[in-house]
Amino acid sequence: MRLVTGILKPFKLDDVKTALESFGVQGMTVSEVQGFGRQRGHTEVYRGAEYTVAFVPKVRVEVLCDDADAADVLEVIAKSAQTGSIGDGKVWSTPVDEVVRVRTGERGAEAL
Amino acid sequence: MEIDSGNTAWVLTSAALVLLMTPGLALFYGGMARSKSVLNMLMMSFTALGIVSMLWVLYGYAITFGATTGGLFGFSSGLLGLDDLATDTVTAGLPDLAFAGFQMMFAVITVALISGAVADRMKFGAWVAFTILWSSLVYFPVAHWVFNFGVLQEDGSFAEDTGGWIVQRLGALDFAGGTAVHINAGAAALALVLVLGKRRGFGKEPMRPHNLPLVMLGAGLLWFGWFGFNAGSALGATGTAALALVNTQVATAAAVVAWIGTERLRDGHATTLGAASGAVAGLVAITPACAAVKPLGALLIGLVAGGACALAVTLKHRLGYDDSLDVVGVHLVGGLVGTLMIGLVASESVAGREGLLLGGGGGLLADQAIAAFAVMAYSFLVTLVIAFVIKAVMGLRISEGDEITGIDQTTHAESGYELTGIGASGGSSGLQSGSPAARPSSVEVS
Repeated sequence: MRLVTGILKPFKLDDVKTALESFGVQGMTVSEVQGFGRQRGHTEVYRGAEYTVAFVPKVRVEVLCDDADAADVLEVIAKSAQTGSIGDGKVWSTPVDEVVRVRTGERGAEAL
Repeated sequence: MEIDSGNTAWVLTSAALVLLMTPGLALFYGGMARSKSVLNMLMMSFTALGIVSMLWVLYGYAITFGATTGGLFGFSSGLLGLDDLATDTVTAGLPDLAFAGFQMMFAVITVALISGAVADRMKFGAWVAFTILWSSLVYFPVAHWVFNFGVLQEDGSFAEDTGGWIVQRLGALDFAGGTAVHINAGAAALALVLVLGKRRGFGKEPMRPHNLPLVMLGAGLLWFGWFGFNAGSALGATGTAALALVNTQVATAAAVVAWIGTERLRDGHATTLGAASGAVAGLVAITPACAAVKPLGALLIGLVAGGACALAVTLKHRLGYDDSLDVVGVHLVGGLVGTLMIGLVASESVAGREGLLLGGGGGLLADQAIAAFAVMAYSFLVTLVIAFVIKAVMGLRISEGDEITGIDQTTHAESGYELTGIGASGGSSGLQSGSPAARPSSVEVS
């Protein structure tokens, strides 16, 4: 099993969700996060004073899936989140040792 | 004497309008503070409402509107507790209590204005002490200089040497408190922050306004209430009140445009904070002048005030004093603009004296400058003394740790926002004995 994680532009979230659903993903977790990559932060001006805002708002999308689906899920997220401009974010996948469905106690691939 | 019901109704209404300015100011300042100190910001205004209202009844009115000693200091023992006014005394058709209630709201908001300079870091007990001392030693005497016209005689004129020195002897024009309220509060704010010191991280960390919609709401309430402040100062439902109302609107409108225009040229962006600040700058500047100029004069005052204040708020970064929410840049500078520009554009047909640009010579301008400087100097020096005394006796600042954690949590044991709902029930140790039952958590588990 693998965990696919994407750090994406917030306004692309709906597109990503729709794409993942039509791919057949059963569930996902979304959180609001902040950070920076090559895009760096941005500046804001209040009463003539410029402030550098180092961290940009992003969404983090997490999907648990079978080893066999991982490459496809990653691809679906990357495609649906792409705008081509700086700050589109990143997607990666990591191995997952064990998964338990809390309601039933099912383990491993059964729990996905 | 017969009560004039129309005039009385307008002054009573205006008192309520001016009252609303203080909660409006609380929101205006609260939104500009950081989220960890929004409640402390609101509390400073609300404690001013609590404390100064009591002081006003106890002895504030007796000092401000008591019999004068040389135009400098007033006192009448019969006015302590508003005792002599409780039995239907009437002056020029207006119950004295209506006037006392109207003026009470001015005393409240003036000290509250200062709180914007000390965001995030002033001990709450020190603020309470400051409110009491500053109102008693600075506001009441200065309001006596500016607002006490003296004893009204049968023929409608005021008896000589019975009023405050600025309004009666000097003859400077300050209709609704450009000197007594705004220059006074602005100069005091500067003195207080010089003793208090900067916020930790000032000039290094970003200290952004945490809620600009709150700032806009506060500015809107201030703008609304200010019609009571300015037009109410006519003390009647009169043509002067109408002039003050129209002048207030046009000056404020012009200052909004001038401020955001200045920003656009200087920084490249017109901002909501600039629009809200411009409104307040215009309101401040037109306060002394609202019955001394014609509408085009008011428009000019608003344009100058919006531009001058937009430039002045950057001074603190260059000079290194942390006037956190720009009380100096908006109220001191805006108050000076309005007070001095009366000397330029006052119109004899409405003010009784003509300004320099309208051919009246420099006499009025000189009188305005004397009034502005006197209030500024007195307020700055006495506030310095008050600040040093409080610092020596009880300390002015919260500890470094408390300031970093946030004054809302460490001083008031509250937080302004509970947005996620996660952990809202406080967990297993959340209920202390004797505390009210915890509300059920609003977290939906599905």
